[in-house]
Formats: sequence, structure tokens, C-alpha cells
Amino acid sequence: MGIVELEHVNVDFADKKGKVVHAVHDVNLTVEKGDIYGIVGFSGAGKSTLVRTVNLLQKPTAGNIRVNDTDFVKDGKQVIANKNLQLARRKIGMIFQNFNLLNEISVVDNVSFALKHSGLKEKEIKEKSLNLLDLVDLKEKANFYPVQLSGGQQQRVAIARALANEPDILISDEATSALDPQNTAQILSLLKKLQKDLNLTIILITHEMGAVKKICNKVALMQSGQIIEKGNLRDVVLHPQNDLTKSFVGGSLEVINTLKSLNLDELNDNEAIYQLVYSMANVTKTIIIDLYRQIGVEASMLYGNVELLDDEPIGTLLVQVKGDKDKQQATVDFLRKEKVAVTRLNEKGDLYE
Amino acid sequence: MSSWFNSVFPNVVQLGWLGDTGWGTSIIQTLFMTFWSGIFGGILGLIFGVILVLTKSDGIRPNKFWFNICDKIVSIFRAIPFIILLAFIAPVTQKIVGTQIGVKAALVPLTLGVFPFYARQVQVALESVDHGKIEAAQSLGATIWDIIFNVYINEARSELARVSTVTIISLIGLTAMAGAIGAGGLGNTAISYGYNRFNNDVTFVATALVIILIFIIQVIGDFFATKLNHQNH
Repeated sequence: MGIVELEHVNVDFADKKGKVVHAVHDVNLTVEKGDIYGIVGFSGAGKSTLVRTVNLLQKPTAGNIRVNDTDFVKDGKQVIANKNLQLARRKIGMIFQNFNLLNEISVVDNVSFALKHSGLKEKEIKEKSLNLLDLVDLKEKANFYPVQLSGGQQQRVAIARALANEPDILISDEATSALDPQNTAQILSLLKKLQKDLNLTIILITHEMGAVKKICNKVALMQSGQIIEKGNLRDVVLHPQNDLTKSFVGGSLEVINTLKSLNLDELNDNEAIYQLVYSMANVTKTIIIDLYRQIGVEASMLYGNVELLDDEPIGTLLVQVKGDKDKQQATVDFLRKEKVAVTRLNEKGDLYE
Repeated sequence: MSSWFNSVFPNVVQLGWLGDTGWGTSIIQTLFMTFWSGIFGGILGLIFGVILVLTKSDGIRPNKFWFNICDKIVSIFRAIPFIILLAFIAPVTQKIVGTQIGVKAALVPLTLGVFPFYARQVQVALESVDHGKIEAAQSLGATIWDIIFNVYINEARSELARVSTVTIISLIGLTAMAGAIGAGGLGNTAISYGYNRFNNDVTFVATALVIILIFIIQVIGDFFATKLNHQNH
């Protein structure tokens, strides 16, 4: 039994012309206690809408939602009383892309705001708020106003605020998307540390596979309101089933940017670009040379990267292979046999069709 | 100096300082009307503004019925020209304060005249609060009162100070018109003792005093609007 269980969840909107838009369509998702569950997809895929149904910031139009053994929604109807929902929400922390701090009160008061109904005395609230700020390394900024802090610092305040009521679940909605790479890394490792120390369950929404690879143990991919693939991170990265997943696991944004910067001319019939994703331990390091020796194709490297996935090194390569149709097929077969996840891309980094 | 003043503004001096027609009396009457109708109209406007924001279709307690009721009341009262409102609600005034003339009687139409204006301004000010902040508060399990006071009103406080200033200034304009029902004040002085008696010097001084009053309020309002703002430096 998961700590968050979504069954056949649908969220429909009516757009301006009155047409029904399926923002979330028949999603099933179980998050186990202690998971850091990444939900990835391009913007507009419905990730944020989906995750907002967990604390009912977004009411679903159909489906069942169960959090922490409490039924929130059954058959599309809210079954939890608003008063109880308020209490339940205090056990589901949430952080946002734009931090959403209250700008007219100090940093410490922002954290205290979350504790307003905690039953603690004013002095205890202040003390606890300062401890929480200490947890995110911002105690010395307690009396600053949010705008006086950098983006990364504001997000850390938001984390302290979200954790004030000692939640079991933390939802991160694109929390690092407005931050630079350094701050992103800092926030991600903070989340990972907090997950361990506080035994949290984290749901991480992002459009960057890199963030998921850094801290998640499970991942779900969303496209047009549906989950197209989900599972353990390692399985999904090394054995992706869906084509979109395949391009995503290579770190699609980085790959696309690399290809754009290379500005390749249109490929002719005897050229192809492949994205290769593989576990370093399982694949011989001479794979490019082997391609030339055994199949007789020339492979030039366009991009390469190694990432640690739960301490297991995972490599991503982008190669351009020259050879006729048969040789291209032989190349793909050879790589697949070598346990490499192969995805053919076009010169713009999109899936080849 | 004083003899020069006496010769240029003879009628101004003649009105005196205190007494029924005195300048001090009319200034106090203007301030009295502005203050109390500002308080009553302010509270009423704030309540209506908050209800409009909460019950709107994308608000946190969407409710078509209450939204439409409040919206229509505000729209209708805003549509009535104030000078007509004065006459129109005279019977109501009679019921509430027991008289149709005088400073106290003016408070009823002034309050009803100013609150819809303020309600709309409050509505706009509160809607300027980023919806993300509301969501964040909801995700923390905040009550509706927390959201109204700690998020909507407190986050919009600088903007509220600004629109309150604008409202008070337009309220002073209304008090001048209330002079028409014998409410006294600087407006009454300018019309009754100035314009109607061809004493242009009285009209001139009354106008100058109103301008000074508005200027002072503007300065105080700007001070608070800046002082209360920690968002955009």
C-alpha cells in the first residue's frame, strides 16, 4: 500500500471556447513511503496539474485519490471534509517554481506562518522556525525580507516552511526550474539529505531528466496528460520502452542544445545520429572502435556524458554514424546486443521518424 | 501683512475663525465627514472587495450567487451620481440618524457613495496578489481567514495604502458636494459664502485650503505606501 495512491485520475478543463481539455487522463500512480518519485515531461504535459490533485489544490474530475491511508477522492468526488483536508495538507509539504514566499513578512515569519495552528506557544514557534532555518542553513538571514535573498536562498526558506509541520510527503513542483545550475544542485542535494534524515517521501516534478537522475529512485514520464512509462529509475534509463522516454533519458534538453549548437546540415541517407545510454559496467569501453572493426561504420562522437545513478555510472553518447541502410541496421542490432539503449534522432535532436 | 490680507480678502476675514460660519469650523466639519465616512465606507468597501475576490469564479470560494449580488450592488451604487444619491437616500438617512441635514446626516450618503468606489479598488489591489502565494498558503493548511488577512490583505498592503489615499481624496470631493444638503465643510463655505454671495475671495481661500488638505493626505499616503512595501525596491 503506497503513501500516495492515484487511480484512474482525470482532470478536465474547459478551454476558452468551451472545448474540453484532458489535462490529466487516466493516470495510475503509486508512491511508496521513502520514494523520491520523479515525474518528468515537457511543459504542458500535465505534471503540475496531476501532482496538485495529491493535496487537492486541483480537484480531479474522476478517479480515486488516497494519501496516507486517508481517502481524499472517490469516483471523482471529494470525500474528505474541508476541515480535515486542511489538517491533512499540513502533512503534505509543497514547494514551487516561484518560491511563493510572503514578501511583506520576514523570512522567519514566513516559516512561523506555517505553524500558526500548530498549538505551540509564540516563543516555541519562533524557536522551531529558527531551527528549521538552521536546517536549510539560513538562520543568519532570519530577519531579512524574502526579496533580499537570492533565488536559491528563497527556495530554501520555502523548503523550511514546507517542512514546518513535519510532513510525511514533500511535493516539489519545478522547484529548481528558476534556479541556476549551482543552486539547482544545492537544492537537489538538500532534498536528498532531508529525505534521508526526516524519512520523507518526495514527489519531484521537473522537465529536466538530470534532476531526476541525481536524486530519484523512481520515475514516471508524462506526455499529453498521460503517464507513458514509469518504474525504477535504473530500469527506465537503461531499458526505456517508449520512444519519448528514450530521448528523455539521455537528457533530452542537453542533447537537443548540443545538436542545435553544432548546427548540422540535413543528414543524407547514409548518415544517422544515435543516442546511446548504457551502464558503464556492462559495456566495453571500446564500443566505438568495435563498431568500426566489426561492422565497418565510422562513428563520430558529438556529445558524451557520464552520470552517477545511485552510485552506478551511466554513460550517454551521441554519435553520428556513416553507412548504408544495412549497416545502420547492423549498428543498431550490435548496440542493442551490447545492452545499450539506442535511440535514433534527427539533426535537430528530435526523435527520428 | 495683516492689513494687506484684510484689504485683499475682506470677506474671508469677516467669516471669522470659529462660530457657525468660521473657517476652523468648516475645516473640522470637512475632516469629520471625511474621517467617519472614510471609516464606515472603508470597512464596507473592504468587505465587499474581499467577497468579490473570494467568490469570483477563479477565487478560493467561488460562488456565483454572492459574487453577482455584491458585484451588482457595487455597480449600481457607483452608477448613481453622488448629488442624486444625496437626495435619493434622504428618507433612509432620516431613519438612520433622525435628520436629513447637517454633518451627521451627510455621513450616510457619503459612506454609500464612497464604498463601491473603494470596493473596486480593493478588488483590483487584492487580485494583484500572486495566485501562487494563495496556493502555497493552502498547501500549508491555512484557514480562509489566514488567507484573507495574512496573504491577501497583508501582501497587498502597500497597494491598499495607495488606493485608500486615492479614495480619501475623492471622498473630500464628495464632502464638498454634501455641502448642498447643509452638511457644512469647506465645500459649503466655498459655495454658500463665496459663490452665492459673489465673494470670490472666500471661494479662492476655500479652494486653496482643499488643495492643501489633499496635498497633505497625498504625502502621508505615499509615505505609507512606500514604508509598507518590501516587494519591489
